[in-house]
Amino acid sequence: MLCDICGKNPATVHLTEIIDEQMNELHLCEDCARNKSQAMEQQFGLSDLLAGMADFQKPATEKEEAVNLKCQACGLTYADFKKIGRLGCGECYNVFRKYLAPLLKRIHGSNQHIGKTPLISKPAVKTDKNKAGLQELKISLQEAIQREAFEEAARLRDMIKELEGKKNADQ
Amino acid sequence: MQINDLLNHTSEWLKGTGPHSDIVISSRIRLARNLNKFPFPHWANKAQLDEIIKETAQAMSKVSLLKTSTLFELGKLDSVDKQFLVERHLMSIEHTQKTEHKALLVSEEEIISVMVNEEDHLRIQLMQSGFNLFEAWNIINTVDDALAKLLDYAYLADFGYLTACPTNTGTGMRGSVMLHLPALVMSRQIERVLAAIAKLSFTTRGLYGEGTQASGNFFQISNQVSLGHSENEIIENINGLIRQIIEQETQAREIMLSKSREILEDRINRSLGILKSARIITSQETIELLSMVRLGCDLGMIKDITRRTINELFITTQPAHLQKLENKKFTSQERDLRRAQLIRNKLNLL
Repeated sequence: MLCDICGKNPATVHLTEIIDEQMNELHLCEDCARNKSQAMEQQFGLSDLLAGMADFQKPATEKEEAVNLKCQACGLTYADFKKIGRLGCGECYNVFRKYLAPLLKRIHGSNQHIGKTPLISKPAVKTDKNKAGLQELKISLQEAIQREAFEEAARLRDMIKELEGKKNADQ
Repeated sequence: MQINDLLNHTSEWLKGTGPHSDIVISSRIRLARNLNKFPFPHWANKAQLDEIIKETAQAMSKVSLLKTSTLFELGKLDSVDKQFLVERHLMSIEHTQKTEHKALLVSEEEIISVMVNEEDHLRIQLMQSGFNLFEAWNIINTVDDALAKLLDYAYLADFGYLTACPTNTGTGMRGSVMLHLPALVMSRQIERVLAAIAKLSFTTRGLYGEGTQASGNFFQISNQVSLGHSENEIIENINGLIRQIIEQETQAREIMLSKSREILEDRINRSLGILKSARIITSQETIELLSMVRLGCDLGMIKDITRRTINELFITTQPAHLQKLENKKFTSQERDLRRAQLIRNKLNLL
């Protein structure tokens, strides 16, 4: 069987394509298959999905304001993020926080990290960063209680206890 | 270490040992990490990308578990070499595209590999044979702690580890388990199992990860959510799910053995027969037949072939491995001939 696209090389890749509920079988050679898959990725990727999710139910004025936001550290604008579905650098998370927090919540079901931190290994900044972490944890705890997410609240309470214990030990 | 040196030994995850290795091929953990002072790879310029490689390579060379590793600059490798590294599961297919300013670190025994400048600055990955996520986590956690002392990671207290794509933010961790589920596939229960997995927000992928279709009874299952749960919780969740799937596959195997033993024996031995005598064979057919032979070993129907031999054949019959073994480029028709020959030699010698 020869390739459906170039008609020259033998077809070794067999692809099923669904467009508008029409199923289409394609038999391609390796080269045409590679080109085809790259074209498909460009057509619709994860970035489109993410960008769509980020805008979900936002009033029009807020959308405009968001689009013009720009990260001073790397130059990425929120419009860029919507287009490519990737952030530009770590600082982007601070700059776009207002829009990212709800997006992360939709993706992961939460926007509060619970897990390891790189702090343990950096004793020089440990206490300060712990303090900041502690305040944020306390806010999250209040939020969790309001939402009646008691499992999460219990976990946060334990983390706060642990951090406060450490702080007392440090002093 | 040169790329060719890898040909001479078996990757740790292919050894066919470890807990539940009749059903679980391997367990893998990967961590996404980025540095504070550089843009993420897709947004960085060439000079920054080179600087990232330099800085991370220097840090990695100081970590005791990575001391005997080798760093490959991907721009210097040809397409067969790159494909070869993908076939060994040392890096992703994405890492073979636009390879300038990308690198790959491979530890001795191929247990740990680190992709530099893939989607994130660092993608640290660890593979173990069998069902072993916690052990994989313990080792990779040690490596990550050591690197955190030397590198300034992009991290925020509320969002966790910051990644180029918000789907990886938080722990930056993805745990995956590669399963061999022939009985669930043959008894047509797999659709139900896969649907349940998707509902629980886990993903199923094929042998080569992202973008590949599950084929030949092999399924890679991993967590989708990386934020809002600790690493231990995420692993515990995957483990709970995998235990259930193992249970279901075991039951399906037992039912097949008791109800249709002859049919099963026939299929397994026919598969072995084709592998031992075929003159032309595609990699797809090879995977399907090896899957049946592996099941034969697991059920004690085939006694003279080890799981390790079968696992090795899965890898050495892949296109780039065939070409590396003979150090020659082949067309896909030539490969089908060589592949059949390699399998015959290996299985008839036993």
